[in-house]
Amino acid sequence: MTPMIRINGEDHPLAGERVVDLLQALGIDPARRGVAVAINGTVAPRAAWTDALLRGGEVVEIVRPLQGG
Amino acid sequence: MPQDLAATDDDALTIAGQRLGSRLLIGTAGYPNQQIMLDAVAASGAEIVTAAIRRIDMTGASETLLDLLGNRYRFLPNTAGCATVKDAVLTAQLGREALGTGWVKLELIGDRETLYPDVEQLLQAAAALVADGFTVLPYCNDDPVTCRKLADLGCAAVMPLGSFIGSGGGIRNPATIELICARSPVPVILDAGIGTASDAALAMELGCAGVLLNSAVAKAHAPVRMAAAMRQAVAAGRAARLAGRIPKRDHGEPSSPQLGLIGA
Repeated sequence: MTPMIRINGEDHPLAGERVVDLLQALGIDPARRGVAVAINGTVAPRAAWTDALLRGGEVVEIVRPLQGG
Repeated sequence: MPQDLAATDDDALTIAGQRLGSRLLIGTAGYPNQQIMLDAVAASGAEIVTAAIRRIDMTGASETLLDLLGNRYRFLPNTAGCATVKDAVLTAQLGREALGTGWVKLELIGDRETLYPDVEQLLQAAAALVADGFTVLPYCNDDPVTCRKLADLGCAAVMPLGSFIGSGGGIRNPATIELICARSPVPVILDAGIGTASDAALAMELGCAGVLLNSAVAKAHAPVRMAAAMRQAVAAGRAARLAGRIPKRDHGEPSSPQLGLIGA
């Protein structure tokens, strides 16, 4: 069975062990400015996006800045 | 230049050692459209703009706030809507990563209806973020004790509310805001409740170091015009504060000379 990963509150099949794999599978350009990622409540800095951080079962948040007060 | 103006030559607001180009901080949410937002922010003269940190829209890559404003303004990411220390701290950390700034407008909402801060959690989150190296600007109650505690924890400024967020209610407790300003060891920025230009001027006259507003401009009939009005109001209020208002009197005091009246 494909390992699953929870991204922004929804379950997805694990697309790869690296954050860049995950972003590309979601159609998000990893070079895009302003994107930030947390894995299990800890920020994964951009420099670590090419490291093998994901095994399946993680809770991932992918965010960007938008209009706010 | 007249002597009493010389003191205002360099009257920049400095927070955490950073000299800012304006005492008005402005939000970027709720404008009729993107162009009006950009024009209003420009008209406000603000150097700092606030931003929210939210889950990315996976249905399509929209233009980010960073693309629109990134090269011209200093971002102040917020933790708006967060109701727990954990969420607020992670949101602040994500904002730092997303925007490359260690500054955060810390909000910890304790009540969905009034958007009043949860003071207990606010203090915990402020302590955690200061320890993590953040420059923390907390949105807080107009309460001198809470403001002092936040400053003691190492917050770079305190941002008491004038009235409920988005209410346009103005400054409900001017005497309290004045007291907070008089006692605070860090800059006091009036955040929330500003409805129109006179509210912003009053905040500055009471001794606030700056004003942070959003809805009063974004929801105005003519946002760009209101942004310009706010810029002038903050400048006028600051100038009046430095000039020193006359004491209030219960009775009249003639300004014209009493001697030399005709007919006597």
